[in-house]
Amino acid sequence: MENKKSVLIIGAGPAGISAAKSLADDNVNVTVLEKEHSFGGNINNWAKLFPNFKDAAEVKSQLVQNFENNKNIKILYNKKVTELKKHNQKWIANTSDGEVFESNATILSTGFKVFDAKYKEELGYGIYPNVITSVEFERMYKDGKIHTQQGSVPKRIAFLNCVGSRDEKVGNHYCSRICCIAAVKQAIEFKELYPESEAFIFYMDIRMAGQFYEELYRKSQEKHGVVYIRGRISETSSTIDKKVQIKAEDTLAAMPLRMTVDMLVLMVGVEASETTTILSKQNNIDGPYGFAKSIDIHTADNYSNENGLFLAGSCKRPLTLTESIADGKSAAFSVIDYLKQTK
Amino acid sequence: MEEITKKYWKDYQKEIADDNFYYERSCIRQSFFPGSEAAFLKILREILGKNVIDDPNQHTCTGIGYHSDIVPFDTTMTVVARIFSLMKDHGVNNFIPSCVTSFGIFNEVVETWNHFPEEYEKTKHFLKQATGRDFEIPQNISHASDIIYKYRKELKEKMPYRLVNRHTGKPLRVVEHIGCHYSKLFAKKSEGGMEFSKVLVGMIEEWGGEVVDYPERRHCCGFGFRQYIVMANRGYSVANTKKKFESMQPYKPDFIVANCPGCAMFMDRWQYTIAEMEGTTYDDNKMGIPVLTYEEMAGFLLGFNPWDLGLQLHQVQVEPLLDKIGIPYDPKDKYVGKSGNFLGEPEKPENLITVYGK
Repeated sequence: MENKKSVLIIGAGPAGISAAKSLADDNVNVTVLEKEHSFGGNINNWAKLFPNFKDAAEVKSQLVQNFENNKNIKILYNKKVTELKKHNQKWIANTSDGEVFESNATILSTGFKVFDAKYKEELGYGIYPNVITSVEFERMYKDGKIHTQQGSVPKRIAFLNCVGSRDEKVGNHYCSRICCIAAVKQAIEFKELYPESEAFIFYMDIRMAGQFYEELYRKSQEKHGVVYIRGRISETSSTIDKKVQIKAEDTLAAMPLRMTVDMLVLMVGVEASETTTILSKQNNIDGPYGFAKSIDIHTADNYSNENGLFLAGSCKRPLTLTESIADGKSAAFSVIDYLKQTK
Repeated sequence: MEEITKKYWKDYQKEIADDNFYYERSCIRQSFFPGSEAAFLKILREILGKNVIDDPNQHTCTGIGYHSDIVPFDTTMTVVARIFSLMKDHGVNNFIPSCVTSFGIFNEVVETWNHFPEEYEKTKHFLKQATGRDFEIPQNISHASDIIYKYRKELKEKMPYRLVNRHTGKPLRVVEHIGCHYSKLFAKKSEGGMEFSKVLVGMIEEWGGEVVDYPERRHCCGFGFRQYIVMANRGYSVANTKKKFESMQPYKPDFIVANCPGCAMFMDRWQYTIAEMEGTTYDDNKMGIPVLTYEEMAGFLLGFNPWDLGLQLHQVQVEPLLDKIGIPYDPKDKYVGKSGNFLGEPEKPENLITVYGK
């Protein structure tokens, strides 16, 4: 009888799914536990992807291509892992519904959550209806129309970068990496839908580090007339006609600024998911800001300090979708190496 | 890695003491709204049955001098220490300043001592050297408005009136203004947090009113110390107040209430100034928008005589508001002093109408 090694993957986001596929292709038994009712993780929050405006749903379906024929993969939904521990060289995961899963190795691919913008109370999210998050913008875009709470198309829209990122006040000193380019993408999408409307992006620095990002940033200005204002918004309030009044400082013009827009979009940053933080702490692999910590960011980024516990995707730090998919595959190869060594 | 506790603004709670208070009066409040502090003491002692020390030996906190760059911080700390030493004499340890500037000063000094123990030791030495006195840091520092907020439900039970227009049955539309030094110096010291403090909202909503959320709600009243105290800057002070009034005007507020005496004074008096300067008033009747202290608001809802509350000393007259609510008053008593003698009527401004109905 074949004595196949089993691997448990916690989280069926892009990293977890791509790890599962690579492992299964190598004839490893994989069980993926997903706390939601479908796979994809945060990819489900996107309509189109930067920098090429590819349909997010298409990428999602490509991730699971040929899965139905692969007997080595089992994905179980609505399984929230509450406890993960090592016992007698096996990894034991307990779920909130009382099930127990045992494996030779486990991959933590528990992803990220977006910053809750209500913490930045001065920005009025949750108080003023026309202050929305980038996730909500994406959802509206998916439905085909960007509209204010009153149902009208915004004549003026502003995007604010670094909401919950690079912000000492909320305890997140790091850059979330995806928000700048996401704002550029969303501003272009808005202008393509409503060329007569105005779009403004408030920023501290524009960080265009990925391939084609800089080109997109340039295109947003040259082709679509998106206006960039270097400065953070210090206060929002609602006008009598439910518009959003913004106070900010234009740090390039060295002037305070007050303007009214129909809608303000908060580019919410990336934070460690709750499961990432809990499971990392349980296994003493918790790193800064609640993310999981790898052994070495350069040479052993998929390895944790715990033998047999691997890390994939943005449970370690903010990563783009492209990076998460690649990182999932990388984690799979690290696991395969490990399983060979533990024969 | 520093761990911080994240909370929503609406969940911000602060500890407010419930009895045995030392009341630090306000230079501005007792000068411009003299009935307010008397009303506060009456509410606490006679209605809520609290023990409050109103000490005749108390003195300035130095706030205005400090924020005008006249009084150095070492002096401020020592003066504050002396006030705390007076509190110690009375055997109570819950400190309630009447003034929002003072509230900021006391909290700033105590925070300084907490973060820099050497400053605390230095202040102890200075106070001992200068006065021979010792002091203790209060167990609780709450603003006087916090106490009214804390007991707003109990007070509602005793109130014969509500913040409701008796002619229409609708809630009165109230602009609330929080003094900057109540919430913006230390967010954790503000009930409800920095941006959307609940201290006045809680009172207004509990007592039947509706809060007006207008764009410049959190903007400075115009006082701003050096904006006003340096004469050359006074135009800036008026401009700030004007900005607020222009922003609130479309909402047609019935009145304004502030927890800071300086804010109440400036929003009241600058309406006269703006009316005289350019003929502008911000209501439909050219009488201006009444500006109240929270003690005055609580006082007349509790049935206190409006003239005992000192409402006749306001620049913007309050009779239309009292009539909207249905609070009785005798116009003949408006300028009658405590002695029963007629004190004389103030001069009438040209553009801000002060005679109701004319």
